[in-house]
Amino acid sequence: MTENVVILGGGTGGTLTANRLRKQFSRGELAITVVDQDREHVYQPGLLFLPFGLAHGEDLIRPRHRQLKKGIDFVESDIDRVDVDGHRVVLAGGRELPYDVLVIATGARLVPDETDGLTGPGWMEKVFTFYDLPGATGLEQALRDFQGGRIVVNVVDMPIKCPVAPLEFCFLADWYFHERGIRDRVQLTLVTPLDAAFTKPRAASMLGGMLEDKGVELVTEFNTGEVDGSAGKLVGFDEREVPFDLAVVIPVHSGAEYVGRSPGLGDALDFVETDPHTLQSKVAPEIFAIGDAANLPASKAGSVSHFEGEVLVENITRFLRGEPLDASFDGHANCFIETGFDKALLIDFNYEQEPVEGHYPGPVGLPLLKESRLNHLGKLMFQWFYWHSLLPGRDIPGVGADMPRAGKHID
Amino acid sequence: MTTATIAGSQVELNDEGFFEDPEQWTEDMVPELAANEDIHELDDKHWQVIRFMRQEYFANGTGPTVRALGKTSGVSVKELYQLFPKGPAKIAARIAGIPKPKGCI
Repeated sequence: MTENVVILGGGTGGTLTANRLRKQFSRGELAITVVDQDREHVYQPGLLFLPFGLAHGEDLIRPRHRQLKKGIDFVESDIDRVDVDGHRVVLAGGRELPYDVLVIATGARLVPDETDGLTGPGWMEKVFTFYDLPGATGLEQALRDFQGGRIVVNVVDMPIKCPVAPLEFCFLADWYFHERGIRDRVQLTLVTPLDAAFTKPRAASMLGGMLEDKGVELVTEFNTGEVDGSAGKLVGFDEREVPFDLAVVIPVHSGAEYVGRSPGLGDALDFVETDPHTLQSKVAPEIFAIGDAANLPASKAGSVSHFEGEVLVENITRFLRGEPLDASFDGHANCFIETGFDKALLIDFNYEQEPVEGHYPGPVGLPLLKESRLNHLGKLMFQWFYWHSLLPGRDIPGVGADMPRAGKHID
Repeated sequence: MTTATIAGSQVELNDEGFFEDPEQWTEDMVPELAANEDIHELDDKHWQVIRFMRQEYFANGTGPTVRALGKTSGVSVKELYQLFPKGPAKIAARIAGIPKPKGCI
Protein backbone atom coordinates (compact mmCIF):
# COMPACT_ATOMS: atom_id res chain seq x y z
CA MET A 1 0.00 0.00 0.00
CA THR A 2 1.25 3.47 -0.83
CA GLU A 3 1.52 5.80 2.13
CA ASN A 4 1.30 9.59 1.93
CA VAL A 5 3.90 11.96 3.26
CA VAL A 6 2.90 15.60 3.07
CA ILE A 7 5.63 18.19 3.63
CA LEU A 8 4.51 21.74 4.36
CA GLY A 9 7.18 24.16 3.15
CA GLY A 10 9.61 23.88 0.26
CA GLY A 11 12.57 25.69 1.82
CA THR A 12 15.77 24.20 3.20
CA GLY A 13 14.24 21.64 5.58
CA GLY A 14 11.26 20.64 3.43
CA THR A 15 13.30 20.23 0.26
CA LEU A 16 16.09 18.16 1.76
CA THR A 17 13.59 15.98 3.63
CA ALA A 18 11.58 15.31 0.45
CA ASN A 19 14.71 14.44 -1.52
CA ARG A 20 16.13 12.16 1.18
CA LEU A 21 12.79 10.35 1.49
CA ARG A 22 12.52 9.96 -2.32
CA LYS A 23 15.93 8.23 -2.34
CA GLN A 24 14.91 5.93 0.51
CA PHE A 25 11.45 4.82 -0.68
CA SER A 26 10.07 3.76 -4.07
CA ARG A 27 7.07 5.58 -5.51
CA GLY A 28 4.98 2.49 -4.81
CA GLU A 29 5.85 2.68 -1.13
CA LEU A 30 5.54 6.40 -0.57
CA ALA A 31 3.83 9.34 -2.27
CA ILE A 32 5.56 12.61 -1.40
CA THR A 33 3.85 16.00 -1.71
CA VAL A 34 5.50 19.34 -0.95
CA VAL A 35 3.31 22.41 -0.42
CA ASP A 36 4.57 25.98 -0.47
CA GLN A 37 2.85 29.37 -0.71
CA ASP A 38 5.18 30.54 -3.51
CA ARG A 39 7.51 29.27 -6.22
CA GLU A 40 10.77 30.94 -5.25
CA HIS A 41 13.46 29.33 -3.13
CA VAL A 42 15.70 32.09 -1.73
CA TYR A 43 19.24 31.34 -0.56
CA GLN A 44 18.73 33.26 2.67
CA PRO A 45 22.39 33.46 3.81
CA GLY A 46 22.98 35.59 0.70
CA LEU A 47 20.64 38.34 1.96
CA LEU A 48 23.39 39.54 4.32
CA PHE A 49 25.67 40.38 1.39
CA LEU A 50 23.08 42.11 -0.76
CA PRO A 51 22.99 45.52 1.02
CA PHE A 52 26.76 45.83 0.52
CA GLY A 53 26.67 45.09 -3.20
CA LEU A 54 28.38 41.72 -2.61
CA ALA A 55 25.47 39.66 -3.97
CA HIS A 56 22.66 40.23 -6.42
CA GLY A 57 19.04 39.31 -5.79
CA GLU A 58 18.55 37.29 -8.95
CA ASP A 59 21.54 35.06 -8.08
CA LEU A 60 19.95 34.04 -4.78
CA ILE A 61 16.68 32.70 -6.22
CA ARG A 62 15.87 29.39 -7.88
CA PRO A 63 12.51 27.75 -8.60
CA ARG A 64 11.38 25.58 -5.67
CA HIS A 65 10.08 22.70 -7.78
CA ARG A 66 13.41 22.42 -9.62
CA GLN A 67 15.16 21.56 -6.33
CA LEU A 68 12.88 18.54 -5.86
CA LYS A 69 13.71 15.13 -7.31
CA LYS A 70 11.47 13.44 -9.87
CA GLY A 71 8.52 11.73 -8.25
CA ILE A 72 7.83 14.48 -5.73
CA ASP A 73 4.62 16.47 -6.24
CA PHE A 74 4.82 20.22 -5.73
CA VAL A 75 1.67 22.15 -4.86
CA GLU A 76 1.73 25.95 -4.79
CA SER A 77 -0.91 27.09 -2.34
CA ASP A 78 -1.53 28.89 0.92
CA ILE A 79 -2.40 26.57 3.79
CA ASP A 80 -5.58 27.08 5.74
CA ARG A 81 -4.98 24.64 8.59
CA VAL A 82 -3.96 21.18 9.68
CA ASP A 83 -6.81 18.98 10.85
CA VAL A 84 -4.75 17.06 13.39
CA ASP A 85 -7.49 14.57 14.32
CA GLY A 86 -8.58 14.07 10.71
CA HIS A 87 -5.00 13.48 9.47
CA ARG A 88 -5.39 15.96 6.63
CA VAL A 89 -4.15 19.37 5.53
CA VAL A 90 -6.75 21.85 4.33
CA LEU A 91 -5.41 24.22 1.66
CA ALA A 92 -6.62 27.78 1.18
CA GLY A 93 -8.92 26.89 -1.71
CA GLY A 94 -10.54 24.07 0.27
CA ARG A 95 -8.55 21.24 -1.32
CA GLU A 96 -7.62 18.55 1.20
CA LEU A 97 -4.43 16.53 1.42
CA PRO A 98 -4.73 13.40 3.59
CA TYR A 99 -1.48 12.20 5.17
CA ASP A 100 0.03 9.25 6.98
CA VAL A 101 3.01 11.38 7.98
CA LEU A 102 3.08 15.18 8.05
CA VAL A 103 6.29 17.24 8.14
CA ILE A 104 6.05 20.89 9.16
CA ALA A 105 8.85 22.81 7.47
CA THR A 106 7.28 26.22 6.95
CA GLY A 107 10.00 28.07 8.81
CA ALA A 108 9.69 31.38 10.62
CA ARG A 109 7.82 34.45 9.46
CA LEU A 110 8.80 38.09 9.98
CA VAL A 111 6.16 40.04 11.87
CA PRO A 112 7.16 43.72 11.62
CA ASP A 113 3.57 44.82 12.37
CA GLU A 114 3.91 43.53 15.93
CA THR A 115 6.25 46.43 16.80
CA ASP A 116 4.68 49.89 17.11
CA GLY A 117 5.74 52.24 14.34
CA LEU A 118 8.05 49.80 12.58
CA THR A 119 6.08 49.75 9.32
CA GLY A 120 4.90 53.34 9.81
CA PRO A 121 6.56 56.56 8.56
CA GLY A 122 10.08 55.96 7.27
CA TRP A 123 9.62 52.22 6.59
CA MET A 124 11.67 51.32 3.50
CA GLU A 125 13.03 54.89 3.50
CA LYS A 126 15.13 55.16 6.64
CA VAL A 127 13.95 51.99 8.40
CA PHE A 128 14.77 48.68 6.71
CA THR A 129 15.29 45.01 7.38
CA PHE A 130 17.73 42.84 5.45
CA TYR A 131 15.85 39.66 6.44
CA ASP A 132 13.85 39.54 3.21
CA LEU A 133 14.63 40.25 -0.41
CA PRO A 134 12.72 43.56 -0.82
CA GLY A 135 14.23 44.90 2.42
CA ALA A 136 17.80 43.87 1.57
CA THR A 137 17.43 45.33 -1.92
CA GLY A 138 16.06 48.63 -0.60
CA LEU A 139 18.83 48.79 1.97
CA GLU A 140 21.49 48.48 -0.73
CA GLN A 141 20.32 51.77 -2.24
CA ALA A 142 19.99 53.43 1.18
CA LEU A 143 23.55 52.45 2.15
CA ARG A 144 24.89 53.67 -1.19
CA ASP A 145 23.23 57.05 -0.60
CA PHE A 146 24.38 57.27 3.03
CA GLN A 147 26.98 59.97 3.52
CA GLY A 148 27.33 59.91 7.31
CA GLY A 149 25.39 59.79 10.58
CA ARG A 150 24.01 57.19 12.95
CA ILE A 151 23.14 53.67 11.82
CA VAL A 152 21.51 51.41 14.37
CA VAL A 153 21.11 47.67 13.94
CA ASN A 154 18.24 46.58 16.17
CA VAL A 155 17.14 43.09 17.16
CA VAL A 156 13.61 43.59 18.49
CA ASP A 157 13.24 40.24 20.27
CA MET A 158 14.47 36.66 20.17
CA PRO A 159 14.14 34.12 18.64
CA ILE A 160 15.38 35.22 15.21
CA LYS A 161 16.77 33.35 12.23
CA CYS A 162 20.55 33.27 12.16
CA PRO A 163 21.28 35.04 15.48
CA VAL A 164 24.78 35.96 14.24
CA ALA A 165 23.54 37.87 11.18
CA PRO A 166 23.02 41.22 13.00
CA LEU A 167 26.64 41.04 14.17
CA GLU A 168 27.82 40.19 10.67
CA PHE A 169 25.86 43.16 9.37
CA CYS A 170 27.77 45.45 11.80
CA PHE A 171 31.14 43.98 10.80
CA LEU A 172 30.39 44.31 7.09
CA ALA A 173 29.07 47.87 7.54
CA ASP A 174 32.36 48.77 9.25
CA TRP A 175 34.27 47.33 6.28
CA TYR A 176 31.91 48.94 3.71
CA PHE A 177 32.31 52.47 5.06
CA HIS A 178 36.07 51.98 5.42
CA GLU A 179 36.20 51.07 1.73
CA ARG A 180 34.19 54.18 0.90
CA GLY A 181 36.58 56.28 2.99
CA ILE A 182 33.86 57.69 5.27
CA ARG A 183 34.01 55.30 8.26
CA ASP A 184 34.87 58.25 10.55
CA ARG A 185 31.57 59.90 9.62
CA VAL A 186 29.43 56.85 10.43
CA GLN A 187 28.41 55.86 13.94
CA LEU A 188 27.43 52.17 14.19
CA THR A 189 25.37 50.86 17.11
CA LEU A 190 24.03 47.35 17.76
CA VAL A 191 20.92 47.41 19.97
CA THR A 192 19.94 44.01 21.37
CA PRO A 193 17.53 42.58 23.97
CA LEU A 194 20.28 40.15 25.06
CA ASP A 195 22.67 40.97 27.90
CA ALA A 196 25.68 40.56 25.57
CA ALA A 197 26.62 40.47 21.88
CA PHE A 198 25.48 36.84 21.50
CA THR A 199 23.61 34.13 23.38
CA LYS A 200 26.57 31.86 24.26
CA PRO A 201 29.13 33.19 26.80
CA ARG A 202 32.50 32.38 25.14
CA ALA A 203 31.43 33.48 21.65
CA ALA A 204 29.64 36.52 23.15
CA SER A 205 32.81 37.75 24.82
CA MET A 206 34.90 37.18 21.67
CA LEU A 207 32.31 38.87 19.40
CA GLY A 208 31.76 41.71 21.90
CA GLY A 209 35.51 42.38 21.80
CA MET A 210 35.44 42.47 18.01
CA LEU A 211 32.59 45.01 18.02
CA GLU A 212 34.64 47.19 20.35
CA ASP A 213 37.77 46.87 18.18
CA LYS A 214 35.76 47.93 15.15
CA GLY A 215 34.21 50.87 16.95
CA VAL A 216 30.66 49.49 17.03
CA GLU A 217 28.73 50.61 20.10
CA LEU A 218 26.73 47.88 21.89
CA VAL A 219 23.46 48.64 23.70
CA THR A 220 22.22 45.60 25.66
CA GLU A 221 18.97 44.56 27.40
CA PHE A 222 17.03 46.98 25.20
CA ASN A 223 13.45 45.90 24.63
CA THR A 224 12.17 47.87 21.67
CA GLY A 225 8.69 49.23 22.29
CA GLU A 226 8.49 51.55 19.31
CA VAL A 227 10.40 52.46 16.18
CA ASP A 228 9.72 56.13 15.51
CA GLY A 229 10.76 56.69 11.91
CA SER A 230 9.76 60.34 11.69
CA ALA A 231 11.68 61.37 14.83
CA GLY A 232 14.44 58.88 14.01
CA LYS A 233 14.61 57.00 17.31
CA LEU A 234 14.09 53.60 18.91
CA VAL A 235 12.08 53.82 22.12
CA GLY A 236 12.49 51.05 24.69
CA PHE A 237 9.73 49.77 26.97
CA ASP A 238 11.88 51.15 29.79
CA GLU A 239 11.74 54.57 28.03
CA ARG A 240 15.39 54.57 26.96
CA GLU A 241 15.85 56.10 23.49
CA VAL A 242 18.42 55.43 20.75
CA PRO A 243 18.50 57.99 17.93
CA PHE A 244 19.23 57.01 14.31
CA ASP A 245 19.50 58.36 10.79
CA LEU A 246 19.15 54.87 9.34
CA ALA A 247 17.71 51.88 11.21
CA VAL A 248 18.30 48.27 10.23
CA VAL A 249 15.70 46.35 12.21
CA ILE A 250 15.31 42.61 12.62
CA PRO A 251 11.55 42.24 13.26
CA VAL A 252 10.12 39.68 15.66
CA HIS A 253 9.57 36.20 14.23
CA SER A 254 6.61 33.84 14.52
CA GLY A 255 5.82 30.47 12.98
CA ALA A 256 3.48 30.20 9.99
CA GLU A 257 -0.03 31.58 10.41
CA TYR A 258 -1.79 28.28 9.67
CA VAL A 259 -0.02 26.76 12.70
CA GLY A 260 -1.92 29.23 14.87
CA ARG A 261 -5.17 28.22 13.12
CA SER A 262 -4.55 24.53 13.90
CA PRO A 263 -5.49 23.92 17.56
CA GLY A 264 -2.75 22.24 19.60
CA LEU A 265 -0.10 22.41 16.89
CA GLY A 266 1.91 25.45 17.99
CA ASP A 267 3.07 27.40 21.04
CA ALA A 268 2.25 31.05 21.83
CA LEU A 269 4.43 32.19 18.90
CA ASP A 270 3.09 29.55 16.45
CA PHE A 271 6.23 27.42 16.53
CA VAL A 272 5.51 23.68 16.59
CA GLU A 273 6.07 21.99 19.94
CA THR A 274 8.64 19.37 19.06
CA ASP A 275 10.75 16.75 20.83
CA PRO A 276 14.32 18.12 20.67
CA HIS A 277 15.93 14.73 20.00
CA THR A 278 13.45 12.82 17.77
CA LEU A 279 11.86 15.83 15.95
CA GLN A 280 8.43 14.28 16.50
CA SER A 281 5.80 16.87 17.38
CA LYS A 282 4.17 16.76 20.78
CA VAL A 283 0.66 17.11 19.32
CA ALA A 284 0.47 13.83 17.35
CA PRO A 285 2.93 10.97 16.66
CA GLU A 286 2.56 11.18 12.86
CA ILE A 287 3.49 14.89 12.78
CA PHE A 288 7.17 15.89 12.68
CA ALA A 289 8.85 19.29 12.42
CA ILE A 290 12.17 20.43 10.99
CA GLY A 291 14.08 23.70 10.93
CA ASP A 292 12.88 27.12 12.01
CA ALA A 293 9.24 25.95 12.32
CA ALA A 294 10.08 23.84 15.39
CA ASN A 295 10.29 25.35 18.88
CA LEU A 296 13.60 23.62 19.70
CA PRO A 297 16.19 25.28 21.93
CA ALA A 298 18.57 25.35 18.92
CA SER A 299 19.57 28.15 16.55
CA LYS A 300 17.18 28.92 13.73
CA ALA A 301 19.72 28.28 10.99
CA GLY A 302 19.98 26.32 7.75
CA SER A 303 22.80 24.20 9.16
CA VAL A 304 20.49 22.97 11.92
CA SER A 305 17.89 21.89 9.31
CA HIS A 306 20.67 20.16 7.40
CA PHE A 307 21.82 18.18 10.44
CA GLU A 308 18.21 17.42 11.46
CA GLY A 309 17.46 15.94 8.02
CA GLU A 310 19.27 12.67 8.66
CA VAL A 311 17.54 11.99 11.99
CA LEU A 312 14.16 13.10 10.65
CA VAL A 313 14.21 10.74 7.66
CA GLU A 314 15.40 7.88 9.87
CA ASN A 315 12.52 8.57 12.28
CA ILE A 316 9.88 8.84 9.55
CA THR A 317 11.12 5.47 8.29
CA ARG A 318 10.94 3.95 11.77
CA PHE A 319 7.51 5.44 12.38
CA LEU A 320 6.14 3.94 9.16
CA ARG A 321 7.56 0.56 10.20
CA GLY A 322 6.16 0.85 13.69
CA GLU A 323 9.63 0.87 15.30
CA PRO A 324 10.79 3.04 18.22
CA LEU A 325 12.27 6.40 17.19
CA ASP A 326 15.94 7.36 17.22
CA ALA A 327 16.45 10.14 19.77
CA SER A 328 19.85 11.19 18.52
CA PHE A 329 19.52 14.78 17.31
CA ASP A 330 21.97 16.78 19.44
CA GLY A 331 21.10 20.35 18.40
CA HIS A 332 24.17 20.61 16.17
CA ALA A 333 24.62 24.04 14.54
CA ASN A 334 27.48 25.33 12.45
CA CYS A 335 27.76 28.97 11.37
CA PHE A 336 30.26 31.04 9.46
CA ILE A 337 30.35 34.57 10.83
CA GLU A 338 31.50 37.08 8.22
CA THR A 339 33.70 39.68 9.94
CA GLY A 340 34.62 41.96 7.04
CA PHE A 341 37.88 42.53 5.14
CA ASP A 342 37.59 39.04 3.53
CA LYS A 343 37.67 37.20 6.84
CA ALA A 344 35.21 35.09 8.79
CA LEU A 345 34.87 33.13 12.02
CA LEU A 346 33.37 29.68 12.34
CA ILE A 347 31.37 28.39 15.30
CA ASP A 348 30.20 24.81 15.85
CA PHE A 349 28.02 23.85 18.80
CA ASN A 350 24.98 21.88 20.02
CA TYR A 351 22.38 21.85 22.81
CA GLU A 352 25.01 21.17 25.49
CA GLN A 353 28.30 22.41 24.08
CA GLU A 354 28.76 26.15 23.53
CA PRO A 355 31.07 27.36 20.73
CA VAL A 356 34.76 27.07 21.68
CA GLU A 357 38.16 27.40 19.99
CA GLY A 358 39.79 24.58 18.02
CA HIS A 359 39.25 23.21 14.54
CA TYR A 360 36.31 21.76 12.54
CA PRO A 361 35.43 19.06 11.58
CA GLY A 362 38.49 17.53 13.31
CA PRO A 363 41.93 18.47 14.67
CA VAL A 364 42.86 19.42 11.10
CA GLY A 365 40.32 21.71 9.53
CA LEU A 366 38.83 25.18 9.62
CA PRO A 367 39.79 27.27 12.68
CA LEU A 368 36.98 27.74 15.23
CA LEU A 369 36.12 31.03 16.95
CA LYS A 370 39.05 32.67 15.18
CA GLU A 371 39.12 35.03 12.20
CA SER A 372 40.61 33.61 9.02
CA ARG A 373 40.48 34.04 5.26
CA LEU A 374 39.86 30.31 4.94
CA ASN A 375 36.55 30.64 6.80
CA HIS A 376 35.56 33.51 4.50
CA LEU A 377 36.21 31.29 1.47
CA GLY A 378 34.26 28.53 3.19
CA LYS A 379 31.30 30.86 3.62
CA LEU A 380 31.36 31.85 -0.06
CA MET A 381 31.79 28.27 -1.25
CA PHE A 382 28.90 27.12 0.88
CA GLN A 383 26.36 28.53 -1.57
CA TRP A 384 27.46 25.91 -4.11
CA PHE A 385 27.15 23.12 -1.53
CA TYR A 386 23.72 24.40 -0.58
CA TRP A 387 22.18 23.96 -4.05
CA HIS A 388 24.19 20.93 -5.15
CA SER A 389 24.70 18.86 -2.03
CA LEU A 390 22.58 19.96 0.92
CA LEU A 391 19.19 20.38 -0.82
CA PRO A 392 19.50 17.18 -2.93
CA GLY A 393 20.10 15.36 0.37
CA ARG A 394 23.67 14.26 -0.29
CA ASP A 395 26.06 13.95 2.62
CA ILE A 396 28.92 16.45 2.54
CA PRO A 397 32.20 14.48 2.99
CA GLY A 398 33.56 14.80 6.53
CA VAL A 399 30.48 16.69 7.75
CA GLY A 400 28.22 14.50 9.90
CA ALA A 401 24.97 15.24 11.68
CA ASP A 402 26.43 14.86 15.19
CA MET A 403 28.62 17.65 16.51
CA PRO A 404 32.26 16.48 16.44
CA ARG A 405 34.16 16.85 19.73
CA ALA A 406 37.63 16.01 18.39
CA GLY A 407 39.44 19.19 17.43
CA LYS A 408 37.57 21.32 19.97
CA HIS A 409 39.27 22.80 23.04
CA ILE A 410 36.68 21.64 25.56
CA ASP A 411 37.44 22.34 29.23
CA MET B 1 23.17 29.93 46.64
CA THR B 2 21.94 31.80 49.70
CA THR B 3 19.26 31.17 52.28
CA ALA B 4 16.81 33.99 52.88
CA THR B 5 13.91 34.43 55.25
CA ILE B 6 10.77 35.54 53.45
CA ALA B 7 7.51 36.03 55.38
CA GLY B 8 9.02 34.08 58.25
CA SER B 9 10.03 31.02 56.17
CA GLN B 10 13.47 30.00 55.02
CA VAL B 11 13.91 29.71 51.25
CA GLU B 12 16.88 29.00 49.02
CA LEU B 13 17.74 31.54 46.34
CA ASN B 14 20.37 31.33 43.62
CA ASP B 15 22.99 34.04 42.97
CA GLU B 16 20.53 36.03 40.86
CA GLY B 17 17.75 35.88 43.46
CA PHE B 18 15.62 33.22 41.79
CA PHE B 19 14.05 30.41 43.84
CA GLU B 20 15.98 27.15 43.73
CA ASP B 21 12.81 25.23 44.58
CA PRO B 22 9.47 26.69 43.43
CA GLU B 23 7.71 24.43 45.98
CA GLN B 24 9.15 26.57 48.80
CA TRP B 25 7.09 29.53 47.56
CA THR B 26 3.77 30.52 49.13
CA GLU B 27 1.39 33.34 48.21
CA ASP B 28 1.96 35.17 51.50
CA MET B 29 5.62 35.74 50.43
CA VAL B 30 4.55 37.87 47.46
CA PRO B 31 4.33 41.31 49.12
CA GLU B 32 7.84 40.95 50.57
CA LEU B 33 9.31 39.56 47.34
CA ALA B 34 7.68 42.39 45.37
CA ALA B 35 8.98 45.01 47.82
CA ASN B 36 12.50 43.64 47.22
CA GLU B 37 11.94 44.53 43.55
CA ASP B 38 10.74 48.05 44.42
CA ILE B 39 7.10 47.16 43.78
CA HIS B 40 5.15 48.34 46.81
CA GLU B 41 1.58 48.12 45.62
CA LEU B 42 0.21 44.97 44.05
CA ASP B 43 -2.98 45.12 42.04
CA ASP B 44 -5.04 42.39 40.35
CA LYS B 45 -2.94 42.56 37.19
CA HIS B 46 0.27 41.86 39.13
CA TRP B 47 -1.41 38.82 40.67
CA GLN B 48 -2.74 37.70 37.30
CA VAL B 49 0.80 37.72 35.89
CA ILE B 50 2.37 36.06 38.94
CA ARG B 51 -0.18 33.21 38.93
CA PHE B 52 0.17 32.83 35.17
CA MET B 53 3.98 32.59 35.43
CA ARG B 54 3.69 29.73 37.92
CA GLN B 55 1.05 27.95 35.87
CA GLU B 56 3.27 28.15 32.75
CA TYR B 57 6.31 27.02 34.70
CA PHE B 58 4.58 23.93 36.03
CA ALA B 59 3.11 23.14 32.59
CA ASN B 60 6.25 23.74 30.48
CA GLY B 61 9.26 23.61 32.79
CA THR B 62 10.14 27.26 32.16
CA GLY B 63 8.51 30.64 32.61
CA PRO B 64 7.41 32.41 29.42
CA THR B 65 9.33 35.18 27.63
CA VAL B 66 7.86 38.70 27.71
CA ARG B 67 6.48 38.36 24.20
CA ALA B 68 4.80 35.03 24.92
CA LEU B 69 3.51 36.50 28.19
CA GLY B 70 2.00 39.42 26.22
CA LYS B 71 0.21 36.98 23.92
CA THR B 72 -1.10 34.54 26.48
CA SER B 73 -1.44 36.15 29.93
CA GLY B 74 -4.18 38.60 29.03
CA VAL B 75 -1.87 41.53 29.90
CA SER B 76 -0.26 43.43 26.99
CA VAL B 77 3.52 43.83 26.71
CA LYS B 78 3.18 47.57 27.33
CA GLU B 79 1.21 46.96 30.54
CA LEU B 80 3.67 44.28 31.60
CA TYR B 81 6.45 46.87 31.55
CA GLN B 82 4.26 49.26 33.56
CA LEU B 83 3.65 46.55 36.15
CA PHE B 84 7.26 45.30 36.26
CA PRO B 85 9.34 48.21 34.89
CA LYS B 86 12.72 46.52 35.29
CA GLY B 87 11.82 43.61 33.00
CA PRO B 88 8.57 41.65 33.30
CA ALA B 89 9.80 38.11 32.67
CA LYS B 90 12.71 38.28 35.10
CA ILE B 91 11.09 40.30 37.87
CA ALA B 92 7.77 38.47 37.77
CA ALA B 93 9.66 35.16 37.83
CA ARG B 94 11.53 36.22 40.99
CA ILE B 95 8.28 37.27 42.68
CA ALA B 96 6.48 34.12 41.48
CA GLY B 97 9.23 31.94 42.96
CA ILE B 98 10.22 30.20 39.73
CA PRO B 99 13.64 29.91 38.03
CA LYS B 100 14.83 32.50 35.51
CA PRO B 101 12.92 31.95 32.26
CA LYS B 102 15.17 30.28 29.72
CA GLY B 103 16.16 32.92 27.20
CA CYS B 104 15.96 32.09 23.55
CA ILE B 105 18.89 30.81 21.60
